[in-house]
Amino acid sequence: MTMTKPNEAAGAIVPARTLPLGTRVAIFFRLLAIQGSWNYEILLGNGIGFCVEPALRQLPGGVHTPGFKKALARESQYFNAHPYFASLAVGALARAELDQEPGERIERFRTALCGPLGSVGDRLVWAGWLPLCSLLALAAFGLGAGPAVVLALFLVTYNIGHFALRIWGLNTGWSHGLKVASALGNPVLRRGPQQIARLAALAAGVALPLALSRVIGPGRSLIGGVLLAVVLGEMLIVKLSGRIEGWRLALVVLAIFVLYSVARSSVIR
Amino acid sequence: MIVEILPLALLGGVLGLDVVSFPQAMISRPLAAATITGAFMGEPLSGLLVGAALELIALETLPFGASRYPEWGSAAVVGGALFASHPAHPAGSMTLAVLCALATAWIGGWTMVKLRQQNARWAGARRSAIDAGARGSVIGLQLLGLTADLLRGALLTGIVLAVTRPFVDAALARWSVDAQLERAIVVAVAASVMAGAAWKIFHATSGARWFFLGGLGIGLGILVLR
Repeated sequence: MTMTKPNEAAGAIVPARTLPLGTRVAIFFRLLAIQGSWNYEILLGNGIGFCVEPALRQLPGGVHTPGFKKALARESQYFNAHPYFASLAVGALARAELDQEPGERIERFRTALCGPLGSVGDRLVWAGWLPLCSLLALAAFGLGAGPAVVLALFLVTYNIGHFALRIWGLNTGWSHGLKVASALGNPVLRRGPQQIARLAALAAGVALPLALSRVIGPGRSLIGGVLLAVVLGEMLIVKLSGRIEGWRLALVVLAIFVLYSVARSSVIR
Repeated sequence: MIVEILPLALLGGVLGLDVVSFPQAMISRPLAAATITGAFMGEPLSGLLVGAALELIALETLPFGASRYPEWGSAAVVGGALFASHPAHPAGSMTLAVLCALATAWIGGWTMVKLRQQNARWAGARRSAIDAGARGSVIGLQLLGLTADLLRGALLTGIVLAVTRPFVDAALARWSVDAQLERAIVVAVAASVMAGAAWKIFHATSGARWFFLGGLGIGLGILVLR
């Protein structure tokens, strides 16, 4: 596929260099491992270098030239972004390096890109798409779906969004180059999180009683009491928010419950 | 015992790897990971049941950036394996499976922090080579981190299963609370965490509470009509 590059002077789109399919596939698979060496010093930095590296091989002279080494060193410095949205940065940085933009300009671009790619991804994926897919699968579970259906519904739905986002990011980054910030104005990215959050809230409401009922099993005489307990428990967790996380509280409560049940049997005996 | 635990440990390694390092396709979410573990042991429905309970809790802990969060991949393998190893689901089996999974998720989160610190040390040791644009160092660091994460998940799963299996068997032998009440308590605790998480995620979105209440009405309606 031939990508295009916006021509600033004329305002026209002119054909730009092509990223070979093999290189594109190599970058895509590397993107799946972009967080492989994530650490508190350079965060995603080395991962960006790792992903851009197949594209840098297209630089004149190949991998043994000073140009390649300078570019790889530049791309392996500190970087932070949502892992899926990092594909947008990888595509844009690969394009900038192959267009042989000045190194200082690329470094400034990298710095400017970190914040937006993190916050957009967190809102769209972690606080939106993931809970929505999880809650849809829990609702299906509550409606009586079997393991294969629940598993397929969750993984297929989630990963359609996941892979589409990574592919879109790589292609958009490559086609826009250093002008990629404009792609973040996409309506899906601006309004999507709010719409997805509403759908997820709806799915949460449907899933809650149905999933409860299925886990408890036959004879649902306890369901009313459980729902009341959930309301009280939820209020307690929200009140304690910031002091203790709900999952830690659950761990403590269940540990006490186990101790009670085991100790009670000794008393009964 | 090693023969039984080794395949599960490897599964824990693969699913633990998915949490952050590769490929983040969410096969590590409890709903998927525990179901896969159950299927691995010939008990997919057992895996699904405990996976659903764990997923309710996991909705509170989404993997935001550099924040510290529980590691659900290996944890769900532990929970799924412990619950599926008692296919008759005796009283106490779900509570103990969920408890052990939560403890594993906690320890797993700590091991992820330690691995990230180790990755920083490895990156520091290669700093001059990376700054010189050495291709082998960039790729090598990435592969080292991936391998270490795979081993971390596998070791964690194997060790926790080896330790908790005898504990679960001993606790089940002394369990005194009725099976249905036990499940009701587990699910009430899990759903409380989920409802709290839903509030935290959605309360800032305009109209979301009405969508939630509408959904709750639909869910309760279906429950009554069944």
